[in-house]
Amino acid sequence: MRKTYKLYIGGAFPRSESGRSYPVHASDGTLLAYAAQGSRKDARDAVVAARKAFGSWSGATAYNRGQILYRVAEMLEGRAAQFAAEVSATEGTADAEAEVAAAIDRWVWYAGWSDKVAQVAGAANPVAGPYFNFSVPEPAGVVAIIAPAESSLLGLVSVIAPVIVTGNTAVVVASERQPLPAVSLAEVLATSDLPAGVVNVLTGRPAELAPVLAGHMDVNAIDLTGIDPAGRQALEQLAAGNIKRVFYRNEPWATMPGPQRLLSFLEIKTVWHPAGT
Amino acid sequence: MTVGIETVQRASPAPWALQPGDLATSDAALRQLLHGLPGIDEVGAAQRAAGLATRSIKKDAKLQALDMAVAMVDLTTLEGADTPGKVRAMCAKARQPDPSDPAVRPVAAVCVYPDLVSVARQAVAGTGIAVASVATAFPSGRASLAVKLADVREAVSAGADEVDMVIDRGAFLAGQYGQVYAEIQAVREACGPAHLKVILETGELATLDNVARASWLAMLAGADFIKTSTGKVTPAATPSTALVMLAAVRDFEQTTRRRVGVKVAGGIRTAKDAIRYLVLVNEVAGPAWLTPQYFRIGASTLLNDLLMQRSKQLTGQYAGADYFTLD
Amino acid sequence: MAKASRAAEAAGQAAALARGSEPGPAAPVWQYAPAPESRDVVSVEPEYGLFVAGAFRPAADGRTFATVNPATEEPLAQVAAAGPADVDAAVAAARSAYEQVWGPMPGSERAKYLYRVARQLQERSREFAVLESLDNGKPIKESRDVDIPLAAAHFFYYAGWADKLEYAGFGPGPRPLGVAGQVIPWNFPLLMAAWKLAPALAAGNTCVLKPAETTPLTALLLAEVCQQAGLPPGVVNVVTGAGDTGAALVSHPGVNKVAFTGSTEVGKEIAAAVAGTGKKLTLELGGKAANIVFDDAPIEQAVEGIVNGIFFNQGHVCCAGSRLLVQESVADTVVERLRQRLTTLRLGDPLDKNTDIGAINSSQQLARISELTQAGEAEGAERWSPPCQLPDRGYWFPPTVFTGVSQSHRIAREEIFGPVLSVLTFRTPDEAVTKANNTPYGLSAGIWTDKGSRILWLAQKLRAGVVWANTYNRFDPASPFGGYKESGYGREGGRHGLAAYLDV
Repeated sequence: MRKTYKLYIGGAFPRSESGRSYPVHASDGTLLAYAAQGSRKDARDAVVAARKAFGSWSGATAYNRGQILYRVAEMLEGRAAQFAAEVSATEGTADAEAEVAAAIDRWVWYAGWSDKVAQVAGAANPVAGPYFNFSVPEPAGVVAIIAPAESSLLGLVSVIAPVIVTGNTAVVVASERQPLPAVSLAEVLATSDLPAGVVNVLTGRPAELAPVLAGHMDVNAIDLTGIDPAGRQALEQLAAGNIKRVFYRNEPWATMPGPQRLLSFLEIKTVWHPAGT
Repeated sequence: MTVGIETVQRASPAPWALQPGDLATSDAALRQLLHGLPGIDEVGAAQRAAGLATRSIKKDAKLQALDMAVAMVDLTTLEGADTPGKVRAMCAKARQPDPSDPAVRPVAAVCVYPDLVSVARQAVAGTGIAVASVATAFPSGRASLAVKLADVREAVSAGADEVDMVIDRGAFLAGQYGQVYAEIQAVREACGPAHLKVILETGELATLDNVARASWLAMLAGADFIKTSTGKVTPAATPSTALVMLAAVRDFEQTTRRRVGVKVAGGIRTAKDAIRYLVLVNEVAGPAWLTPQYFRIGASTLLNDLLMQRSKQLTGQYAGADYFTLD
Repeated sequence: MAKASRAAEAAGQAAALARGSEPGPAAPVWQYAPAPESRDVVSVEPEYGLFVAGAFRPAADGRTFATVNPATEEPLAQVAAAGPADVDAAVAAARSAYEQVWGPMPGSERAKYLYRVARQLQERSREFAVLESLDNGKPIKESRDVDIPLAAAHFFYYAGWADKLEYAGFGPGPRPLGVAGQVIPWNFPLLMAAWKLAPALAAGNTCVLKPAETTPLTALLLAEVCQQAGLPPGVVNVVTGAGDTGAALVSHPGVNKVAFTGSTEVGKEIAAAVAGTGKKLTLELGGKAANIVFDDAPIEQAVEGIVNGIFFNQGHVCCAGSRLLVQESVADTVVERLRQRLTTLRLGDPLDKNTDIGAINSSQQLARISELTQAGEAEGAERWSPPCQLPDRGYWFPPTVFTGVSQSHRIAREEIFGPVLSVLTFRTPDEAVTKANNTPYGLSAGIWTDKGSRILWLAQKLRAGVVWANTYNRFDPASPFGGYKESGYGREGGRHGLAAYLDV
């Protein structure tokens, strides 16, 4: 019996409320398993969970978030072989071990940014008056992420880690054809110290789920990386409904990224205070 | 001329208003009251004062302001080298600021040291110009209470209509509010019919919070006027300190129904400065204070600049220093 | 306009005397005489053309529109109305200038042009100030002391970045985006033009600017300054017109970057319009800021901050402190002080140096303010204005305060964009934060308290891009400005302001 993998919402693994699932095949066509086919209501629930988690995740110290992410990396390392097997089956990759190692390194790299972003993105601004003026970056809030269609693990961690390390919470729509590493990642997260709801993973059809998230009034930003360029316009139009921050960037996942993903889901807050006796 | 002394009327108290009688002996009670006053943001106060300094006072508004300012001047000489001759000369100027124009009103008062009060008294007799005397070991205020009160009594018996006392800044900065309060009360009593201006010496109080607290302390203790400075310390009057004091007298009146006047002194040399202070009075305290009864400017060289500007307003030509007397 | 000042003065006297004072000699009434800034310092032309490829010229189809002095309803000039062909030509000119001149130019050379423009703005500041007050209706005191100096300062600030982009934190060799299409509002016409042009040009982009329909004149004077500064043709283009001109510009395929400041409603339309085009977009939209006053606030300065927050620029400010959230225990005191303070506000001729409150920019805006204010009354809030005589001609609205307002009222939720303050109360810091954040907007907020830790705690909690603590409406070219949520995205000012115009 092939297993049916479930969604990861609010720290738990519910089935889709629609009851649907769909077959997941290996690169060579063999049936690997079934994945839950998330519905709009699942997406709604995921956003609720992400919003609920946002207050304390963004309120945690940067040090604390970094520690949690480092621990996740250690857990990924412990499961490296399992992930390699999954990636190999899913993508037919020749060197799945290298991809898994790169994904873990990528996660560690982002974890280290936690308590550094503010120093790079913040500023003390020299205004022309007796005021102390400083700018600090803050997480935007709930971020919907359409994970890359290809690159089931390396691409996946490359879009999730930079979003959550700064305090955002995420609703991730996994690759439609290659969802299994996302589910395994969810299992790791569920047993880590990452609070429930910080990352939520929906498997299913991005074509069905992305519009729901793009139009959702309680989602602050959306990463459309996993959407085909032809499909972006409709989603960006939906996003305009609540002035959602829209981001997308397709890049060779094997290359070291810059800080753009980290910085793109931040709001800059500038504070003024008079300096006087 | 004596300026009317308002009687204290009890009104329904605002949260920070205690009845004066309650405060006499208690440093703690005074501290609670004074430190419970709303704080003052120095940058914000300076910003408001700077904003009011952009008021453009022209033409008949300017002429009116200049005339008001002249009538609000306490013409002052407080030098070690003062002689009866010097005082008489100054009083002559006080009576007739501009000999070429009798329409110019006399100033509100002349201000001298206590031992020259009788000279001043004679020199302004019959004019309605008040004689103000500094007292209480002016300017430092560093002497025993007995000495300070004797200073006041001599000034009053020599004929002073107004007494400008200094508070004990050392006691204030050391938090001995009860002592400062008691001294003001004692001086108020020793003044008898003379009206009392209390000099805070804002330059030594240093912060606007202290200026506000000292203002309230003085008013609660019975001051008829609160005054910025002795003129012997820099900084003396500044727009920010005047703003704080004008707000204090406004709020005090709303709380107690007693109107206290404000006197700015020290460093006010030009008509432009004087008019800026009048704008502050007008817009911070209110038009009710735009009278010599409730607002004075302690000055010496200012008077001639007021006259020169007045002449320019009336004739359209810039005036020259030779045409105004130096006394 | 003197009539308004006198009446307001007299009313102020009456109010002051009515405050309760004992009998005494009546204080003389001192009225400030009219002190008008001279209109002659600037020459207002009867007709203005578009500024495309370094020259002024009429619209291709010859259409024009009138711009009016909102204080008098007197028409000031006829201005060319750019049609699609003109927008085309402007974008083409900008593209050509970008590829051939401005794009390849070293930053240090670009900087020189910007310094020159900045210097000219300073030297011709009186002309610009008077023209701004005539076209917009804002008091000359504000255009002279705030708008024009800040505009010059923005050009100075960004001029200095032009040759230092590699140190701006965006990587070693950040490149510009190309042609920027920039649509600006009518509330700070010249300042908004500076906010848009300075960083775009410093980063190496060329610009097509669309000023607001009711306030085109200072942008056109700025174009003249650019021309005289020798700015290469096509680097800056100004296409005047109405909403259709802006729409044509925003959707033009030759534009790489769109920047818009205006209402949230139009911001959403623009975001939808550029969807899928790959154009980079930044938006600076509306707000309904909470100005929060605690029981330990420096009350006198807090009242000034409230006044500044909602009545500066007649409340035509996206970051206006339009909701006063006052701690319930001091609400009566603060509102009473506020009312007293408002009696000294002077409403009238924008060119009079003593005017505090100028005209509403247009009849449409006046209608909107009136509609929402009536809604406020209908919803049960109590309305109050200081005694104030409005001039017969022109668009005017008296400073207005609503008390007894709650979050559910329209006047607490919708941006009025006028001199109307809604007063709500709160009990605890948590409640203040909850109410302050309970809005789709998130542009700015104010905090008034003497307690440092509370300031920093609130600053962390408030979901707003600009937080003013014990001050309000402070702006500086070095200070990033922009919103959370439906107040927009992207920042203008500071190092962060470069991000919008670089390919990063």
